[in-house]
Amino acid sequence: MKDNIPSLEMAFPVRARDFLAGGDGAARIRRVLQQVGFPPAIIRRVAIAAYEAEMNIVIHSEGGELKAQITPEVITITARDTGPGIPDIELAMQEGYSTAPREIQEMGFGAGMGLPNIRRCADELEIKSAPGQGTTVNIIIYNR
Amino acid sequence: MKLREVQAILKAEVFTGADKLDIEVEAGFGSDLMSDVLAFACGRVLLLTGLTNTHVIHTAAMIDAVAIVFVRGKRPDKTLIQAAAGMGLPLLGTRLLMYDSCGRLFQAGLKGCSREAGDDQVASGLADNKTRPEWLP
Ligand SMILES: Nc1ncnc2c1ncn2[C@@H]1O[C@H](COP(=O)(O)OP(=O)(O)O)[C@@H](O)[C@H]1O
Ligand SMILES: [Mg+2]
Repeated sequence: MKDNIPSLEMAFPVRARDFLAGGDGAARIRRVLQQVGFPPAIIRRVAIAAYEAEMNIVIHSEGGELKAQITPEVITITARDTGPGIPDIELAMQEGYSTAPREIQEMGFGAGMGLPNIRRCADELEIKSAPGQGTTVNIIIYNR
Repeated sequence: MKLREVQAILKAEVFTGADKLDIEVEAGFGSDLMSDVLAFACGRVLLLTGLTNTHVIHTAAMIDAVAIVFVRGKRPDKTLIQAAAGMGLPLLGTRLLMYDSCGRLFQAGLKGCSREAGDDQVASGLADNKTRPEWLP
């Protein structure tokens, strides 16, 4: 009767260019997973993927939302934004590819490793994006 | 290696966490690229960096870093120190440059996170370390 287990849902607004609060959503998700008692290796993968997705909203979009849906079996992270979108997703997925401006790279972001990091952490990854349509990144990590 | 030894080797100033110098670090990772830290840092890691913004603190939290050492004389501001103190994350600072800092710690026995097969310079037990994601190369 797994369907009866209520899932835990969280949602955090993410503001563009807010480098002070950027990452708070991922940090909160991580804390909840720790409190619930997920294995450290799972928590780490979720935290890294959620953090990279959240920072992409901060850096590349015009703002959006980070959501987590947690059940004992599976954790789903959704990062949705209203930004410029990604014209070529395959290119964006390549290690080292980044359109982040120099001043952002000097802050330690924009190494072009975010999406590749997310892919490595995720069991399933879906990116929906088109120019001018915003971006939705859906990350699934199984607790197994 | 205890944080106290790290402090002595690097002649480091302690910005916060002076009461936590007896905790153990099992590996070191030096980088100014936080995505690289997220991708490759391993185990109970000591993070060495020349960056002093909030991204560094957040990144350290995501990977459960034991402590941060700011190299080449970089000083975190009050907000950053307070944030780290609130998280129980020790912050140290050394005047040494990145290479020198890492080199001295490595020489003193603190291993790294590279995963060359059969390389005994890499922190031990990382292959089956529970905190290391199994997806890493
Ligand atoms: N939410 C987003 N909105 C628009 N573009 C994005 C978004 N996320 C990623 N991108 C594009 O994909 C590129 C690669 O992303 P990523 O691998 O995270 O590297 P980085 O963030 O370091 O540039 C970015 O430089 C950007 O061009
Ligand atoms: Mg990114």
